[in-house]
Amino acid sequence: MEKLFYEQLQEELYYEKMPNGLDVYILPKKGFNKTYATFTTKYGSIDNQFVPLGQTEMKRVPDGIAHFLEHKLFEKEDGDVFQQFSKQGASANAFTSFTRTAYLFSSTANVEKNLETLIDFVQSPYFTDKTVEKEKGIIGQEIRMYDDNPDWRLYFGTIQSMYKNHPVRIDIAGTVESIAEITKELLYECYETFYHPSNMLLFVVGPVDQEKMMQQIRDNQARKSFKPAAEIKRFVYSEPEEVAQAKQVIPMNVQTPKCLVGIKAKNVGQIGKDKLKHELAMNVLLDYLFGKSSPHYERLYSDGLIDETFSYDYTEEAQFGFAIVGGDTAEPDRLADELKKIMLTFREHSLHEQDLTRVKKKKIGAFLRSLNSPEYIANQFTRYAFNQMSLFDVVSVLESLTCQDIEQAANECFNESQLVVCQVVPKNARE
Amino acid sequence: MLKEKITVVNGLNVHTIQTDKYKTNTLVFKMKAPLTKETVTQRALLPYVLQSGTRTHPNATALRSYLDELYGATLNVDLAKKGEQHIITIRVDIANEKFLKDSTPLLNKAVQLLSGIILQPALENGEFVAKIVEQEKRSLKQRIKSGYDDKMHYANLRLVEEMCKGEPYALHVNGELEAVEAMTTKNLYDYYQKALQEDEIDLYIIGDMDETEVLNLVKSHFQFENRAVSHRKLPMTKKTITNVNEVIEKQDVKQGKLNIGYRTNITYEDEQYYALQVFNGIFGGFSHSKLFINVREKASLAYYAASRLESHKGLLMVMSGIEPSNYEKAVNIIKEQMEAMKKGAFTDEEIAQTKAVIRNQLLETLDTPRGLVEVLYHNVVSERKRPIDEWIAAIEKVTREEIIEVANKIELDTIYFLTGMEGEK
Repeated sequence: MEKLFYEQLQEELYYEKMPNGLDVYILPKKGFNKTYATFTTKYGSIDNQFVPLGQTEMKRVPDGIAHFLEHKLFEKEDGDVFQQFSKQGASANAFTSFTRTAYLFSSTANVEKNLETLIDFVQSPYFTDKTVEKEKGIIGQEIRMYDDNPDWRLYFGTIQSMYKNHPVRIDIAGTVESIAEITKELLYECYETFYHPSNMLLFVVGPVDQEKMMQQIRDNQARKSFKPAAEIKRFVYSEPEEVAQAKQVIPMNVQTPKCLVGIKAKNVGQIGKDKLKHELAMNVLLDYLFGKSSPHYERLYSDGLIDETFSYDYTEEAQFGFAIVGGDTAEPDRLADELKKIMLTFREHSLHEQDLTRVKKKKIGAFLRSLNSPEYIANQFTRYAFNQMSLFDVVSVLESLTCQDIEQAANECFNESQLVVCQVVPKNARE
Repeated sequence: MLKEKITVVNGLNVHTIQTDKYKTNTLVFKMKAPLTKETVTQRALLPYVLQSGTRTHPNATALRSYLDELYGATLNVDLAKKGEQHIITIRVDIANEKFLKDSTPLLNKAVQLLSGIILQPALENGEFVAKIVEQEKRSLKQRIKSGYDDKMHYANLRLVEEMCKGEPYALHVNGELEAVEAMTTKNLYDYYQKALQEDEIDLYIIGDMDETEVLNLVKSHFQFENRAVSHRKLPMTKKTITNVNEVIEKQDVKQGKLNIGYRTNITYEDEQYYALQVFNGIFGGFSHSKLFINVREKASLAYYAASRLESHKGLLMVMSGIEPSNYEKAVNIIKEQMEAMKKGAFTDEEIAQTKAVIRNQLLETLDTPRGLVEVLYHNVVSERKRPIDEWIAAIEKVTREEIIEVANKIELDTIYFLTGMEGEK
């Protein structure tokens, strides 16, 4: 077991790679009631074409299958794992993103038992024709719920406008039609390929004894046998640098229009500290331009073009990266024009060192605040680790950012050919 | 266990909770008054105006830049209804400098800042600043309107509107659209002064601090004059249900939103409150509950099917998203689950499981500064004080008979269904 100590943050992290390839991290947190654990596979909605374990040909699977598998893993021959967790006083959950599927629990008692339940249920799939069919009704309603949600439609509309080929453009849950094609055989095929321990990471944070817990995990894994770790072959989509469609308008049953500008990033293929630096530079850039203390925010707010729903965010993974800026607005076209103008004229102005320092301070404080949250630590640590980065490097990399780094990030992405506009507008207004 | 100390400073109840588990320190300011039609919109606007500028940082940009300088201190405001009370909350969260290379004492600055926001707002000609008030009126209108666009939120709002017609609880937490225009720099400022005099005011400070030092800071920065705290709690309105109200509304939606309201006839003040919590846990509060198992897992009708309590008003609300054509099926299954509860058709295992989960949920809530304050604040809203230690022991003691008794006090009031434009119902 390896010990990593982060002095400034007063955090200790313990790490061990199990013989079967599973990465395990334990972060003891004194004073907390709760222990939070995530068991995550590097497998998400974008992994829709791959060579199944033991086969030789690329295979395309139905959209939404990673998310469907996440739902189905909770059901076992003797009932529902949720029941098991709640008998042990824990609350359990799971989520599927573009690149990861995570299973988790939090509990303030019976931590050892709950951890055992978490590891064992994820490592023992049980799919039948009957339970697969039943789940289609439930997930169908989950999809309908998102269909009626204007913010979700806007978000996915923006991504679809940016990406032409890459499956990041496909809704994580798939469609009612695509999930109809899912069978138990397909679920097993995906499971065997992506749920090998060498493709997974277990993170535990809470008031725990790291020695005892690591031993428990070693024993648990030693009792099970897995096939030797094989390299997973995922299809590599070719995606042009320019966007798929510059503008999309979605009429919906809403009263307030919404508008997002999406920025498709280039150069997302880096790994490790370079990638962390790129990601943080993009985040600082957005904060510098659109944060509540920026002159642009002040102007857009006093012109009545934005309200408190205005937000911005940058997402970067191994194969894609995009920024999204916008929110509710009375004038979606004017807001789109203003936001684009701010981005496209960025290089005409020089960056102020003093403002950059302020934004960096803000980011450092926000990072400290997020370390209050076990959920944040476990989920973000895992995400960073899957991209060969470390969550605990965030402060030092933030401190090292220079005006040149920010300008470079801006020059790379603020080009007309990389921008899209997506709007949700009241239906009646369009007729 | 965390210890809450309450000290009255200048007519203000200061609650301090000393702990070293967080990397930040948190200040939560709450002011409470009865929910009334006359004041609801003014109260909905006020905190947004206050967070837009102080005497020393006279506009939002200046104030936000200052927050950034304080290592990204966060400032946010919100409004809540607890029973027939309307609560304004202003929160400041600031890094603890012991985790920074820079050792400027930040908590002092946070107390000073919060006092500036509450007691020295930006003014012009002795009133609020016209530009700020106009901007915030526009934002408030948009906030009210956007409640219409999130259908899950909208359906819940409409249920409460229908169910509590004529009662203060039917008022919206964000006020009334038609009343926004009449707000002026003067009448809002007058209301602000009145609220500072008359509201019940509480300040929570959570983090790694020297309590005596912090209380001295509060004493020097929060100087209220002539505060006459009136516990203006009006008697809760009561309703006798004569027949079940069924409301069906059509809109252009793909999924139907089914929201059902019951009167529990039990509030935080009552002895049966803990039994009501266990009741709700077995009935619909969790993923092992009857609603989740029967509506979702067995019948495959929904993705979500759950219930929640409004503790101070005494309401139980069920919500689920279903295919429009499954309306009757879903309503019947939900009614059957309530009948099962009334007849005591639940196992000892379900009781034990629910108690374990409630205990866990409570302890987890106490791990976040925000959750901790929300739990403690119930004791301000209610006459009945329930310390955290009592909670856990009392939930443990709830018996099967008490749960059945509670179930039989619960009355169905309103069924609300938001459905699509086509097809039956």
